[in-house]
Amino acid sequence: MTEHDITLTVNGTDHDLTVDARTLLVHALRDELGYTGPNVGCESTMCGACTVHLDDRAVKSCTVLAVQADGADITTIEGLTDGSTLHPIQESFREEHGLQCGYCTPGMIMTTKQLLADNPDPDREEIREALEGNICRCTGYQNIVNAVETASSKMGAAAEGGD
Amino acid sequence: MFPGEFDYYAADSVAEAFDLLDDHPEAELIAGGHSLLPTMKSGLANPDALVDISRIDDLQGIDHGDGVTTIGAGTNYAAIADDDTLWENVPVFAEAASEVGDVQVRNRGTIGGNLAHSDPASDLPAAAIAADATIVVQGADGEREVSADDFFFGMYMTDVQEGELLTRVEFPHQGADATGAYVKKPSPASGYAMVGVAAALELDGDTVESARVAANGVMDHAVRLDPVEEAIAGETLSEDAFEDAAADAAADLDEAMMMDDIQASSEFRAQLLSVYAQRALESAAERSGAWSA
Repeated sequence: MTEHDITLTVNGTDHDLTVDARTLLVHALRDELGYTGPNVGCESTMCGACTVHLDDRAVKSCTVLAVQADGADITTIEGLTDGSTLHPIQESFREEHGLQCGYCTPGMIMTTKQLLADNPDPDREEIREALEGNICRCTGYQNIVNAVETASSKMGAAAEGGD
Repeated sequence: MFPGEFDYYAADSVAEAFDLLDDHPEAELIAGGHSLLPTMKSGLANPDALVDISRIDDLQGIDHGDGVTTIGAGTNYAAIADDDTLWENVPVFAEAASEVGDVQVRNRGTIGGNLAHSDPASDLPAAAIAADATIVVQGADGEREVSADDFFFGMYMTDVQEGELLTRVEFPHQGADATGAYVKKPSPASGYAMVGVAAALELDGDTVESARVAANGVMDHAVRLDPVEEAIAGETLSEDAFEDAAADAAADLDEAMMMDDIQASSEFRAQLLSVYAQRALESAAERSGAWSA
């Protein structure tokens, strides 16, 4: 089996690592590099708990080979803020109780981040459609949709310099 | 679940991809990997080698020419679904691309992978047929063009031969008096089509001149729904016309050969086929502006 020297820029930090061809991006991030934010949920590309951004687009990192991500910019949930303050999306999930066990949450937030970048003021239908690739077993989704709406107004207000 | 062991090679060009395939005849191609990697992770596929074609620039991009749009095989669904000009000129295909899976899948999966793999439950094959697309395949002897009508044979079986590469797909522009839509009943977990129907209509005012209608998910490959096309041709757009045309959607299909699995029985799929054929016609008609519900 071939081994490959790759570079992954994760949350702004360059990492040089050697991976087997078969190593999935989620395992390279978690096991090789210590970014345990993205979670391994279903192993079948359905649940989205492993969602990260690869070159600014949300992807399921369990279905990308680490070698395929060579040279890419990766953002994990850890990369949303500096670690001392919460990102508005994270605050909104907390305020709206958009999580219980928290396992799906990193993936939910990373998909939300792309949604709000593409569509800053989505309606509830659009939010549900955008989150089709992220499955939650705890919440029943209602509070997650509320959290995304709240995040959208926090971020919209910030952009307009509102209160 | 992890993929088994394999050797990985990345190609920078189509020529290099062919060289790698010559050197490693056992190799599978990978681009977006969202059909291949799940099968490798579950042990259903165990290739000894992969040739990655996802970084080949010549396979990327959407080119709007005079009356035809050409999409490179390596172009992902998100890029296709985001293309406003494609929505104007080939709405049936733009809509199908926008309905694949979910946001994350659409950021990685490619049109070439989807069509070459021809999963019975995928969305693009029926839309390619309805759009009257031409699929371009390259091999050692050069290029050949295959009509979408002639491309899909059976489960995971297409006209791409050993040692060939699907390089691009060409879509004739529908005129201003044409419309199209793709609707599906998705599996709630995977997003794959339990049944998906693509309809492209040529209109004369509010009368259908001709139709191309095709379905995914119900048979082991995408199929034209001739009975629906014949029934709707010449009809004025109306709820009754759509319902009547859709009622015969399964008429030419052998129910014994329909897909039957834990998600849906063949009987249920046959019923869904009529429902979604009707919805596809309604949606296309609404989009044209010549009719509303």
